Amino acid sequence: MSTTVASHPNRPTGQPPPGNTQSTEAAAYARRRRFRPYLVLAPAMVLTIGIFIPFFAAIYLSFTDYSLNSSDSSLIGFDNYVSMFQNADFWHSLWITIQYAFFCTTVEMLLGMGVALLLNEENFLSRFLRIVLIFPLMIAPVIGTLIWKLMTNPSVGILRQPMEMLGLGDFKWGASPDSAMFSLVVVDAWVYTPFVIILILAGLRSLPRSPYEAALIDGGSPWFVFKNLTLPMLAPVLLITLVFRLMLSLQEFSIIFALTEGGPGDSTMTLSLQAYNRAFPFYGLAEAIPMMLFLWALVYLVSFILIGFWRRAQQRAAGFA
Amino acid sequence: MKHRSPKIPLIARSAGVVALTLLFLGSAGAQSNFDWKQASGTKLVVMLNKHPYADAIIKRLQEFKDLTGIEVETSETPEENYFDKLTASLASKNGTPDVFMTGTYQLWDYATAGYMEPLDSYLKDPSQTNSEYDYTDIFEGVRNGGKWDLIPGHPTGTGSQWALPLGFETNIIAYNKKYFDEKGLKPPKTFDELYTVAKQLKGWAGPGSYGVAVRGTRNWATIHPGYMTTFTNAGAKDFEIKDGKLVSDLAEPKAVEVTKKWAQLVKDAGPPAWSNYTWYQCGADFGAGKAAILFDADILGYFQNVPGGSAQAGNIAYSPPPVMKEGDPVGANEWIWQVAINKSSKSKKAAWLFVQYFTGKDHGTWAAINASVVDPPRKSVWDNKDFQAVMTKMPGYLDTFNTIIANTSVKFTPQPYFSESTTEWAATLQKIVLSGADAKSAMTELAKRITAKTSKLKLDQPQKTATTQ
Repeated sequence: MSTTVASHPNRPTGQPPPGNTQSTEAAAYARRRRFRPYLVLAPAMVLTIGIFIPFFAAIYLSFTDYSLNSSDSSLIGFDNYVSMFQNADFWHSLWITIQYAFFCTTVEMLLGMGVALLLNEENFLSRFLRIVLIFPLMIAPVIGTLIWKLMTNPSVGILRQPMEMLGLGDFKWGASPDSAMFSLVVVDAWVYTPFVIILILAGLRSLPRSPYEAALIDGGSPWFVFKNLTLPMLAPVLLITLVFRLMLSLQEFSIIFALTEGGPGDSTMTLSLQAYNRAFPFYGLAEAIPMMLFLWALVYLVSFILIGFWRRAQQRAAGFA
Repeated sequence: MKHRSPKIPLIARSAGVVALTLLFLGSAGAQSNFDWKQASGTKLVVMLNKHPYADAIIKRLQEFKDLTGIEVETSETPEENYFDKLTASLASKNGTPDVFMTGTYQLWDYATAGYMEPLDSYLKDPSQTNSEYDYTDIFEGVRNGGKWDLIPGHPTGTGSQWALPLGFETNIIAYNKKYFDEKGLKPPKTFDELYTVAKQLKGWAGPGSYGVAVRGTRNWATIHPGYMTTFTNAGAKDFEIKDGKLVSDLAEPKAVEVTKKWAQLVKDAGPPAWSNYTWYQCGADFGAGKAAILFDADILGYFQNVPGGSAQAGNIAYSPPPVMKEGDPVGANEWIWQVAINKSSKSKKAAWLFVQYFTGKDHGTWAAINASVVDPPRKSVWDNKDFQAVMTKMPGYLDTFNTIIANTSVKFTPQPYFSESTTEWAATLQKIVLSGADAKSAMTELAKRITAKTSKLKLDQPQKTATTQ
């Protein structure tokens, strides 16, 4: 007779074997149950440890004077952190980072919401556009940026003529400090708005129909429906989309590096670019790490606050708040 | 019948064979005494910058393998990212790559950091270096670019040989001769002439066209070609030693004045998207007929003029870089692409055979004639009739080279903060050109930032770099 748990037909699955006569079996079962969560978590733990090793190694290095063009290093305490906070370039880069994240996220959320609402209609055009509009997601951001760089080249780019027709023949896109941030936001929006559209459209599609039917019967205007039904019910989706976009745009590197390298001058020098320059071309890896740790802390703080809003919005949408 | 002893004819035959063999060996070149197969079976990893010099190496890897029995795996990376990738690889000290392409300026960082194997002992060892290698055949100024004693402020050409040249570049004017001839224009001799003619040429070939292509990205590579050539031709210097400290001279009047002039040239006659322009965009615009003049590496203009090289191939000619006043000595800043051995390499013998082969006469001659590897660093290649036949198809190239070579050298002061100081320099140039920053204040601020680091360097001994913020 089998002694496995599943072989006892009258005992519900998951229940321990009864009685003292089967105490050894019960003990073994209890041990297996105790270790089961750890076994399930084991792959994730291995991955987490794999991430933590370089993370803690980086924290250690940030307390040294290690550089990529030096053969030895020594501990220097908090010098790198103090220098960072005393450096005007750091505060400038932080301000540029916040600007970039704010503009990109705002544009993409508004544009994404608008397009998602339009695509929520069922017609041939919206079905076609739903496929076409995700094309930018299929291209690596840096490739998309290089395509834009070529298109906007005032000498040979295909946008030169349309810009001249609009009286903007002198517009320098990423090659001028006055328009570099604008150009970055345009490229970032082109790359990431489809992601926002997908998330919001999925959220719209999952909303219940009955409140809308009731509103239709009661003669509610489209703006009333949007403001009092769609927005509150969609709030959790909007907030989680905002979390994603804000976290990623605070850390953005590839688009900025490919288009402007943080220039012209320092007009688009975000923290990611500043840290990259400090670590690699300038060899100061230990000086660069505090900047990235600060950025990590900033991203964590922002997402922590927004997740709090998201939880409350979820509760409100479910009718519990 | 009398039988001859079989031993006598055999001995005679054997002696004859031995004598003939010795005769053959004696009359063959000394090369046949050199053991190219001494590292046969080794596998090498080689990092290369995306460049025609690298393409020439890749084309002859099979010949190298046939000669030495060494298997070579290469990787190519575009220049904007190459050195970052190389730095990370060398810093890992895991022995990969075994051999790498590098430039003169990066040598100041890499050799200081202990990443490069000194080549002196290999060059002096006849068992490791083929007697036909002929080290002195390499132009002195070019081989000196790979030599430095690791003391900041000391010029190149002293100390150990860290790398050997594949090819080098001077910085000159390339211009659209066809258009110049049509309009009766002459290539500029002075900087003021360059400014005047380049400004006049804005829109010369329709919308989007402009006078002179020069680099402008926020990168050290923006400083070293046309700008640094003009800077030093104007008598300005990047550093000087004051009270035993290495201090930046970028705030001095000559430096400020030449920077103002350069900025004006860019504003009035340069590419509209100048701050996005690297070597690739400058060459492409010149070759496409968007820029009338290119003030950059001589070889960049050369590549546009080879048959099929660009839309303007056959329409291009060359002239020396402009001086500030007519009669001033004309020279240029120099860039040298070199190959070096990773100090952590576990296959140094094989690595040295690679370096020796691809910087040797045979490859140098073949590459210069067949693979657009100009400028070749060896005098014997310049004297080669087949190479001269190729170069005479480039109007003015040989004359320009001969005019400036005596005064062409590495114009930067060697110091381990080269990358940082010249990148900040490029950023300052962008601010002056695009944001209207005052040249004097911007250069003064730049000089202060650079001096804050370089003044801490010890100038009496080889430097171990410590970074400060």
